[in-house]
Parts: sequence; C-alpha cells; structure tokens
Amino acid sequence: MKSGTIRGLGVSPGSAKAPLARLAPPVATASTDPTTEAPEAALGRIEWALGAVAAEMAERADRAGGVAAEILSTTSAMAADPSLLEAAGRQLRAGSPTGHAVTLAVAEFCAMLEAHGGYLAERVTDLRDIGARAVALLAGVPMPGIPAPGHPIVLTARDLSPADTATLPGSDVVALLTEEGGPTSHTAILAKSLGLPAVVGCPAAAELPDGVLVSVDGSTGEVRVGPDAMGGDRTGSTSRAPASSAVPAGPGRTRDAQPVALLSNVGTVADAHAAAATDSEGVGLFRTEFLFLGRRSQPTIDEQTEVYTDVLTAFRGRPVVVRTLDAGSDKPLPFLPLGQEENPALGVRGLRTATRYPEALADQLTSVAKAARSAGRSVRVMAPMVATAEEAERFVGTAREHGLDDVGVMIEVPAAALRAGELLDVVDFVSIGTNDLGQYTMAADRAAGALGHLLDPWQPALLDLVALVGAAGRARGKPVGVCGEAASDPLLAAVLVGLGATSLSMAPVSRPAVLAELRGLSAEDCAVIADAARSATGAQQARIRAREAREQRWSVPA
Amino acid sequence: MPSRTVTIASRVGLHARPAATFSRAAAATGLAVTLSVADSAPVNASSILAVMSLGVGFGQAVTLNAEGEGADEALDTLAALLATEQDGQ
Repeated sequence: MKSGTIRGLGVSPGSAKAPLARLAPPVATASTDPTTEAPEAALGRIEWALGAVAAEMAERADRAGGVAAEILSTTSAMAADPSLLEAAGRQLRAGSPTGHAVTLAVAEFCAMLEAHGGYLAERVTDLRDIGARAVALLAGVPMPGIPAPGHPIVLTARDLSPADTATLPGSDVVALLTEEGGPTSHTAILAKSLGLPAVVGCPAAAELPDGVLVSVDGSTGEVRVGPDAMGGDRTGSTSRAPASSAVPAGPGRTRDAQPVALLSNVGTVADAHAAAATDSEGVGLFRTEFLFLGRRSQPTIDEQTEVYTDVLTAFRGRPVVVRTLDAGSDKPLPFLPLGQEENPALGVRGLRTATRYPEALADQLTSVAKAARSAGRSVRVMAPMVATAEEAERFVGTAREHGLDDVGVMIEVPAAALRAGELLDVVDFVSIGTNDLGQYTMAADRAAGALGHLLDPWQPALLDLVALVGAAGRARGKPVGVCGEAASDPLLAAVLVGLGATSLSMAPVSRPAVLAELRGLSAEDCAVIADAARSATGAQQARIRAREAREQRWSVPA
Repeated sequence: MPSRTVTIASRVGLHARPAATFSRAAAATGLAVTLSVADSAPVNASSILAVMSLGVGFGQAVTLNAEGEGADEALDTLAALLATEQDGQ
C-alpha cells in the first residue's frame, strides 16, 4: 500500500509525520541450518551470547530509569538464567544447530509462560527478544532494533519489546505504529510516558513499504499514507502534538474563557510531587490504594495522615480529591477478607467493602480530615463504586461526621449515571470514571483484550451516559468531573466538555495537548462536536464525526 | 532436609520483578535451593524463568527446600523475602 488511510487504536495522543522505518527483523533459525561446531564449543558461544545480552539489558536499565529500568533489569535476569542455558544445551545435544538451539530453548519457556496467561504471558515478548538478540550475536549480524537514519522516522513493527521502547528517548523516532498490541501493552504505556504519538493494533501496517511518508494520529488511531499524508495535513495539527513542541501553559479554559480545570490523576506520593511541579490545577483523582495493597495489616491513622498531609502540602491550596479505598476481591487485602467471588468486578468492591468493614473507611476519613487540618488546606473526598443515591447519601453522612465538608462520589455504574440527578442532590460533586463506566455499560471485562473495541471510550452509549450526568450537573450547578482515560484524548476531552464536564483529570503528560485543544474551541463548539459524536452509531464513526465537526471550528488560540 | 512454607505477599504474585529479586537472592545463597507450589515438581529457585513458570499468585503458599551448611539461615532469609511485598507500585 503506497497511499490511503489505515486505522488502528490510538493509544498515545499527538500526531507526527515522517518516513516509515521498520524495526530490524530478527534472524530466523531452522533445524536445517548447517552445524559448524561441536556441541561443547556451541554451548560456550551460547553462554557468551546470552551473557552479552544480559549485560546489555542491565546497562540499558541503568540508563533508562523509571518503569523501563525495572522491566529491563528483569529481562537481564531472564537472559542470565542458568535454566535457559541448560535448555539450549539439551537442544544442542539433541542435534540442533547453535542458533536454533537458542530459539528452541526460548520457545520452551515461552510456552510455559503463555500457559499461565495474563501478566506472565506478556513476558513472552521480552523472552523472544532475548533469543533474537542472542541469535543475532551468534550469527554475527546487526542486532535487531531501531534504525537510526539521522532524520525523523515513524517506527513500525509487529510489536515492540521493552528493550526496543527503552531506547526510544533520544532516537530518531517521532511516532510508533504497531501491527499488534492493545491499550495496555508495553508500547502503549511507554509511548504515553514518553509523550510519543502511538497507534497500535493496526495489522495493515505490515503492508507499508519502508520509507513511505506516513502521518500518525495517536488520538484517533488514523494513519495517512503517502500523498494522503501530505494532503491530509490538518489545521492546528502541530499544536496538538505533545510536550515536545510548543507547550501551552496556564489554566484550562475554552476559547471563550469558560474554565475547565485540568487536573492530575495521581497514584503515589512521587506522582503527586511530579504533578504539583506542573501547571496542573490540582488532583482530580488521588488513588489511595498504594497505601493498602500488599500490606499484611491496615495502615495506621498516623501513617495515612502523614501521606495525605504530604500530598495536600505539595499542591499548596490547589484542590485535591482523595478517593477512598477502591479494593475488592480482585485486589485482595489480607486485613479485609472478602472471600472468593465468581465475578469480582461485579462483587464487593469500592464503597461496598465499607458495608462489611466500616472501620477501614472511618479510619481513612479520620486520616484525611486530620491531614487537611495539619496542612491547613481544604480537601475533597469521594467514594468509588456507588450505585444508588442511598449509598451516596450514607457516604456523605459518614464523611460529614468526620468533619469533611466537600464530599462526592464516582459515577462508574450505569445505574448511578442514569439517576445522576438524585445522586447530585445529596453530594457536592461527582466524578465520572470512564474506564469502569465503559466496562459496565458494555458488559465487557477491562482485562479482556479481545473486547478492546467495546471498551473504546468513544462508544456512543458511554457518551450518552456522560451526557446524562453532565445535564444533571448543569441543572443543579454542581461540578461534574471526568477522571478516566477518556479525558487524556484531546478530541474526546472537547466532547466531554461539550457534554457538561467541568473538570478533566488525566496523567500530567496528557495535559498540554488537552489544554491546546480546548483553548482553540468555544464552549458552544464543544457542544456541537459532542452532538456530532453522539449522532454516530459506533465508536469509530463517533470519532470521525467529532473530528469533522472539530475541523470546522478549531482555530489557533489567541 | 530443611524446608519452609510461606505465603506470597506480592500483590502481583511471583511474577517478573518479585521473581527476579527472589531468584537473585536464592542464587546468592550459593546453595541448591528449590521452590515448589502445591503438588508441582520442585524447580531451581535461582532460575527466574523456572520460578515464573510456576505461575504463583498472591496469597498462594510455596515451599522452599535447601541442603547444606547454612541452609536454615538461607531459607529464613528467602522465606522472609517472599512474605514481604516486593512490588512497590
């Protein structure tokens, strides 16, 4: 394919245009390759090759830092694993040629990891990468990896291993395009943390010739190829690029000065300090799970108070919304046993755990109130997994008894969205968790990769529910926030504002692109774009219609 | 043979990073330490791939075995490691 438009899943916002370059392919091995050395000599060379790969991964881990460093040092440990060498030795003795013995040894462990599914199965990519690197070393050919032509490239591959993605910073790569992968793949997570536009799950990328000009839109998942990439350049597309280009700053608002607070989602104290150092207007979602998960006993009030005080102090008066513990049988805590459940996502989780363990919630609310006093700041609290106005009212009552006066609930259950007015009558604010609201609306498990299309936040049914909540908020003059992934997609952020969201909370890396988008649109523009999206019958059509409406209206912010 | 049975405290189970930490510590003992879960065959605890291949989850009980001088001490250290959350996230 030399021109036209192909589509995948947009997983990291921003757009970029550059010639396509393919990841150097691994060397294929076969049992029929010539055998040129004795098994003992071959084993010695394999030991050397695996050792070299382990050393390289360890060195990259040192350079990379953060998430990538952890993944890489684990990969290094796998390469240095004596069991892998033993398995290769068995293959050699059974008559395999040198390189192929490595391939077979790797395949043996891949099969075992794949059998467990989930997280372990995802490590298979790392393990295959170790094999490919060792085989390249043994064959004396260039390491598979990222080309470095000295000019910007859009990197394409079947999928990227952590080793590949870890070397992206400082490389020539300006966007990623992969044939496989989903919204939670390494590629998606690391691209996002680097602010690189990325489209994954795009099988048609396999047909693209090297060097062809492509324009990748990491928000819509659209990839324009050849002349279409030239002609398809959109007004303002460069200003939607992430942090690497001109970074807009200041508070979130529309072109006609309607404020839309652009807040941060934070999950740890380190996150909070990083977010507090940016323009972020506060914390829209402070996940407190990190304090609880993996503990044998419940954290004490003093311990919790210290952490909450630290976060409130870091944000120096900017609003902070603390979400009470969101645990359940899928995230079990030894001190809050909930038993085995057939369907943990539909079981006792979020606020529902408080009916079983009221003390845990009481301690948390006590700690939040103490933290607010000791930091001399106001604080907001909200509860997850609320289904009815009665539950909301009970939570508000408990929170107020603890001296907390700005109390809200999350809207994640369709029932809560449908009757949002009743909930808003008893709370001070609501915050929509689009990820869970999506999974419950579409009856599609968030962990089920094959259902990714149903979990697309552009599903019109999900937008309808958001619209109901937005309208209920407007009618009562109460704030409606959105704190799911949806808020980090600039175009979808405009739709959410059009549907009535008064604040959006996202990973800080997404903020500049969302800010630039909103500054170029009036509140009325957002409403028109939202209507266009909701007039669609599917997620992809909703995206396209919203984009068309947006192109008529967006203009470079004054 | 000295043996310890311990419950996995890492929320993500004995996967990737916690497995790396554990197998490194097992290798550092210099002893032949094995790890088994339920009725599975014991595997080499120094091998991250073998440890990961057991697919041990949070809250599951595993058994450690070792022989030789210092085996008891080594097993105590390794058991304590498994009984501690290894994933800081």
